[in-house]
Amino acid sequence: MKIVVCVKQVPDTTEVKLDPKTNTLIRDGVPSIINPDDKAGIEAALELKEKLNDGSTVTIVSMGPPQADVALREALAMGADEAYLLSDRKFGGSDTYATSTIVAAGVKKIGFDIVITGRQAIDGDTAQVGPQIAEHLGVPQVSYAEDINVEGNKVIVKRKYEDREHILELPIPCLITALSELATPRYMSVKGVMDAYRAKEVKVLTFEDLKDMFNPDYIGLKGSPTNVFKSFPKQAKGKGEFYPDLSADEAVNTIVTKLEEKHII
Amino acid sequence: MDFALSKEHELLQKLYREFAENEVKPLAQEIDEEERFPRETVEKLAKYGLLGIAYPVEYGGQGADYLAYIMCCEEMGKVCATTATIIGAHSTLCVYPIFTFGTEEQKQKYLPDLLSGRKLGAFALTEPGAGSDSSMQQTKAVKEGDHYILNGTKCFITNAGEADVYVVSTMTDKSKGNHGITTFIIDKDTPGFSFGKHEKKMGIRGSATADLIFENAIVPAENVIGTEGQGFKIMMKTLDAGRISMGALALGIGEGAFDITVKYVKERKQFGKHIAAFQNTKFELADIKTKLDAAQLICYKAACEKDAGRPYGLYAAECKYLCAATASDVTRRCLQLFGGYGYMREYDIERMMRDAKITEIYEGTSEVQKIVMSNHLNIR
Repeated sequence: MKIVVCVKQVPDTTEVKLDPKTNTLIRDGVPSIINPDDKAGIEAALELKEKLNDGSTVTIVSMGPPQADVALREALAMGADEAYLLSDRKFGGSDTYATSTIVAAGVKKIGFDIVITGRQAIDGDTAQVGPQIAEHLGVPQVSYAEDINVEGNKVIVKRKYEDREHILELPIPCLITALSELATPRYMSVKGVMDAYRAKEVKVLTFEDLKDMFNPDYIGLKGSPTNVFKSFPKQAKGKGEFYPDLSADEAVNTIVTKLEEKHII
Repeated sequence: MDFALSKEHELLQKLYREFAENEVKPLAQEIDEEERFPRETVEKLAKYGLLGIAYPVEYGGQGADYLAYIMCCEEMGKVCATTATIIGAHSTLCVYPIFTFGTEEQKQKYLPDLLSGRKLGAFALTEPGAGSDSSMQQTKAVKEGDHYILNGTKCFITNAGEADVYVVSTMTDKSKGNHGITTFIIDKDTPGFSFGKHEKKMGIRGSATADLIFENAIVPAENVIGTEGQGFKIMMKTLDAGRISMGALALGIGEGAFDITVKYVKERKQFGKHIAAFQNTKFELADIKTKLDAAQLICYKAACEKDAGRPYGLYAAECKYLCAATASDVTRRCLQLFGGYGYMREYDIERMMRDAKITEIYEGTSEVQKIVMSNHLNIR
């Protein structure tokens, strides 16, 4: 079984601030990390590999600049077998559609049985890339996975919604998007770090390597159908209105009137 | 000359920091307060290879270098000196002499278990009447056929009772002084080998410290490390290596104190402003950081010299001396910036100050380090 995990290197948003003038992220001096949902995906893949214990492998794929190498090395140090960095200036400025086009091409080129992606990245929060990759690959998908098991040639996934869970069965090949609750990522090991730099390599796939796998009009900044119109920090909500000293009947009337004013009821 | 860490070392540092923050720091205050050996931490250290960092893979080690190892001591020292002490006593003091001077049989028998952390190690040199002066050791080993009979007491032994394997220094020929010292590997379950009471200490209170008691203990002759009479050399070489890791641990305590103090002075307000705004705070912390960075340079240099296969004894002694002095100085001054809160056991800084003091004493006092340095410098 070849398990491919797609990961994104993101700024640690717990330490990131917005530039008050431009409303863009200040990335200088902010540490980069593996996106938490993706890291849970790596752990789930490693656990699956260990459970299957049948020669299954875990391959990590990331699209990003050369600096994303360290995120892939970290995944290798956790125990992944192989890593691919999809990197080319032509890929720069891609929106979710263009990104999923490129990543799907990479995954197809590498080969896969199960693809795991994180649910969403903490810097963009779109949750679009995983499902889009599945569409490009033409394989069934389940998002919001909190448990993954393989039984024979089927994958059993527990999908978590806000108020319910679904147990779903998928054929292989398929794609699953992982919640960070799916698994608690292990630490790297010391030997893992040594192997990540000495025994393993991060293979780089460029535009040239992938150009036959996608339509070049649909990648990069030019190939991206969406643009960021405006970004702004969330405004704190007001304190609300206070109506002290109302009787129960007056309170009911006030609430109903307010809800009607706002066309909620 | 390039002072940048390699990519490997950077990633290892990330591993150490994540592990220290999530697994070690949350227990630091509790194990100090309860004077409890953190067995659960030892198991986690073992799981991620942190008990066999700088030893070859063929013996079950992780295949990293000495710099990688001392960086681990430094990062653990930042959050919990007890944990760093456990690592140091195991990884250098016990494992190093077996790896460096042991026979192939001894290495095959002991290293895989020690380096994987299935077994924990300890080292015993100090006696009630022989601390800095090792030639005054009273623990005797007398050969009888294919084994030795040991009698005597070792004191202040780190990991005592918790460790499974002990590297113990004994006197086989008193008339030869230091040249009559012989070192043994002794298993915990050796007949005639027992432990004294748990010592109550000022700092590193989660670390197990006790006497080792030998009463006609029977140790196989094959457990001698090197040859009879070679013990002094083995111990001195081991302590040379250990000085760098102990220096790194001390450095870590100082750095940890600096980190929490910087955070505190930006939160604490007096006279209507954060105490970080006062010149005294700025000057103190600038001076402290300078001293820490200088100590880190000599510490890393000592490790790099060792990794390069060059003589490092002078730098190792300088490292232990400077880092320990810096840790004591820095923690005391950081506590002063905390004011009354710093004196409360609820805050980490008072523990760090108590922990720092031991680094000027154990594994060779600061005074012994200066003797070692002056010998290296041929100042006699």
